[in-house]
Amino acid sequence: MSNPQTHRGFTAAMSVSETVEETLTTVEKPFGHALIAVARQNPNIVGLTADLGKYTDIDIFGQEFPNRYFQMGMAEQNLIGVAAGLSRVGYIPFATTYCVFATRRAYDFIAVDIALGRANVKIIAGLPGLTTGYGATHQGIDDLALMRAIPNMVVIDPCDATEIQQTVPAIAEYRGPVYLRILRGQVKQVLDPKTYRFELGKAKLLRQGRDLTLISTGLMTQRALQAADMLKQDGIEAIVLHVPTLKPLDQDAIIQVAEATRTVLTLENHSVLGGLGSAVADTLCMAGLSVTMAKIGIPDQFVECGSIPYLTDKYGLSIRHIVQTAKEILSWRK
Amino acid sequence: MNPTNPNKLEVKQNPPPPELIHSLRLKARQIRRNVLLMAKGKGEDYVGQGLGAADILTVLYFHEMRFDPHRLDWPDRDRFLLSTGHYSIVLFATLTELGVFPPEELSSYGADGSRFEMSACETTPGVEITGGSLGHGLSQAVGMALGSRLSGRKFRVFNFLSDGELQEGATWEAAMAAAHYKLDHLIALVDINNMQADGKTSDVMTIEPVIDKWRAFGWHAQRIDGNSLEELLIAFQTARSIQNQPKVILCYTLMGKGVPLIEQKPKAHFIRVEPHEWDFALRQLEESKV
Repeated sequence: MSNPQTHRGFTAAMSVSETVEETLTTVEKPFGHALIAVARQNPNIVGLTADLGKYTDIDIFGQEFPNRYFQMGMAEQNLIGVAAGLSRVGYIPFATTYCVFATRRAYDFIAVDIALGRANVKIIAGLPGLTTGYGATHQGIDDLALMRAIPNMVVIDPCDATEIQQTVPAIAEYRGPVYLRILRGQVKQVLDPKTYRFELGKAKLLRQGRDLTLISTGLMTQRALQAADMLKQDGIEAIVLHVPTLKPLDQDAIIQVAEATRTVLTLENHSVLGGLGSAVADTLCMAGLSVTMAKIGIPDQFVECGSIPYLTDKYGLSIRHIVQTAKEILSWRK
Repeated sequence: MNPTNPNKLEVKQNPPPPELIHSLRLKARQIRRNVLLMAKGKGEDYVGQGLGAADILTVLYFHEMRFDPHRLDWPDRDRFLLSTGHYSIVLFATLTELGVFPPEELSSYGADGSRFEMSACETTPGVEITGGSLGHGLSQAVGMALGSRLSGRKFRVFNFLSDGELQEGATWEAAMAAAHYKLDHLIALVDINNMQADGKTSDVMTIEPVIDKWRAFGWHAQRIDGNSLEELLIAFQTARSIQNQPKVILCYTLMGKGVPLIEQKPKAHFIRVEPHEWDFALRQLEESKV
């Protein structure tokens, strides 16, 4: 439950990144820098935005390759349609805006212009879930559900800067439509770039355990790892399976870790409807697996303006909620 | 263009040679015949739109566009984007006349499993985009035109829209972008037949004064009789001479053009033709001077 006495945060109008804990390394504009790196190798890569170049980190690509960067103004349907047109004549467009604007405003354009014919367009979407305090108009709480529902789409929610840096060349290489959520600005580095390897369509086992299985996507994997550390202090060994690619889903990996403990907690920075939790439930049910399961995510409601730590805690996405829910579902089994 | 009053723009063009008009007229009649053969016996479909737009596609595919029917994937080809997927009937009729499809396939139009779908899908050869959800064509045309410029291939992009489609906001998002990027190798063709799903366009949602709207968005705009081969040829010639801005040709057409039986039927989005009327319609077309 939220406690106004302990949360004296304010919606930060100019904030472009999450509150960063001092102990963690951060990387500046990992998406923008990664795109520049692949674009140096591949002249067919072009960039587009709809008046959010500065806020989706593609501005630096525009500075590096002014002829390959197209500002579309505040017009998301046109952004997607133009990107589709560029792809049809051989280019690989990376089109950026926020999750809400890409998926809600331009849904029909993504479906018909891009997905139907498998156009080679990469939709790069900022402000996933509760990474902005700007309220319901800016928080992408349903984008994963919307994108998963479209045939042919690849849907990715990366964990951190390391994964964003690795995902960009991977999706540039992949021929077909991709929806990629990004974290912007100063982005935490949680996964070790020396050992972590993103693979399109593959889940990654980040931690072994025997009592409980945490299956997470996006930045919730950062919290899953911290929650697992805290659970260990109480003698609870949690598996952490990170699922960056929501579609196509690595069902084998999910079934395997679910079978190992038969107690599953999914974590996503998204509505509990239609995202990772739903995909995991579908997978396990269709596989005939009986498990105890709960979902952590944004409840089925719109979220107000507020500081990110406040909203995260109020809507149950904080580490303490993960630990609490994990213990609760373990108690159901007893 | 005239810097003092762009609306008064007059570009004098030489009249097209009579032999060109004659050969195009024969092609247009053949395309209309294909449209009738496709629609024959099927009752309600898009025969009215197909006949109405036949002259526009004739001039495009048999004169104006850089297009090789034997190399549909030629990277330097001019692109024709059919926003209005439901005009597939006239696109397939034209591509059949060009030899892309065998004439035997015409009757499969709209049949289950046929690649001549009632609404054109990019899975059929020669179809550049999937139209049908209206307002999608012009944005993709802008993207292709930007790609044409960036690649240096210099192909042109033609986008076919309808008057009702101008009610879609996305069309105007794209129109703004085309002018911003000065895409003078992008040509929009609007088929204005004053008819949409719920009735007359002027009753459903007025689009006039449509020429003023395009000009206000920074386009070079012409208004012509879209069933006049001469006017179409001159309009395309004029469009070629204009630089630094995209061009639109507003083609006022008559649904069912070329077949008096269909021309005179009550106008609707779907014009109903009775089973016994098809042979008469085909005879009327053969006898017509269109």
